[in-house]
Amino acid sequence: MNENSIVIVGDDSIDINHYYQWLSQSPEDGAIVTFTGKVRSLKSDIASLFLEHYQGMTEKVLMNIIDKAKERWDLNRVVVIHRVGEIFANENIVYVGVSSAHRKDSFAAAEFIMDVLKNEAPFWKKEKSLNGDSWVEAKKSDKESLKKWH
Amino acid sequence: MIKILFFAQTRELVGVPSLTLEIEAITIADLINHLSLKGDNWQYALKEKQPLCAVNKQLVDESYIIQIGDEVAFFPPVTGG
Repeated sequence: MNENSIVIVGDDSIDINHYYQWLSQSPEDGAIVTFTGKVRSLKSDIASLFLEHYQGMTEKVLMNIIDKAKERWDLNRVVVIHRVGEIFANENIVYVGVSSAHRKDSFAAAEFIMDVLKNEAPFWKKEKSLNGDSWVEAKKSDKESLKKWH
Repeated sequence: MIKILFFAQTRELVGVPSLTLEIEAITIADLINHLSLKGDNWQYALKEKQPLCAVNKQLVDESYIIQIGDEVAFFPPVTGG
């Protein structure tokens, strides 16, 4: 981890204001793009999600994704935070923030980071409902999203 | 000795989170064959379900040769974000 890249995987809720402040420290940056992913509740019987991960590999993969993004675009600060454990509907699950001189780099990098994270970072979601628990299947559309970065 | 970890559905199917094996250098495919002898649930989890495999926290394919001291992990396609 260097001073311009932050990766955090943990149980705590995400302090978005804190990381926005960190992203906006540099006067030469004219753009900050952030993405917040939260738990949707489509089915009323789903009580929460449980997020499992491969500790050690997760952090390594996320840092590699940031490094790849920094090779492709002119970025300054990048933060990726992903929660694990039990997460309830409407709570935040993932936060990606990117700062750069110009907006195009930040927009593209934030989308790239999310697309690669969805396919390569070792997290698994389990839906907990009144009728029992079930693992969320990987989506084909997430794999399709990777193609535009080749 | 190698350490083997299982995550998510793969862990639930085989029934253990990890195990250690005293083996010489073998491929991932050979390791899957070896572990599949432990029972139908192992065969289902590691052959039919075709999990992803990482060695020392890096994704590898079935031809990868494991070395003594490696950490091998099997898990289903990821669903984070």
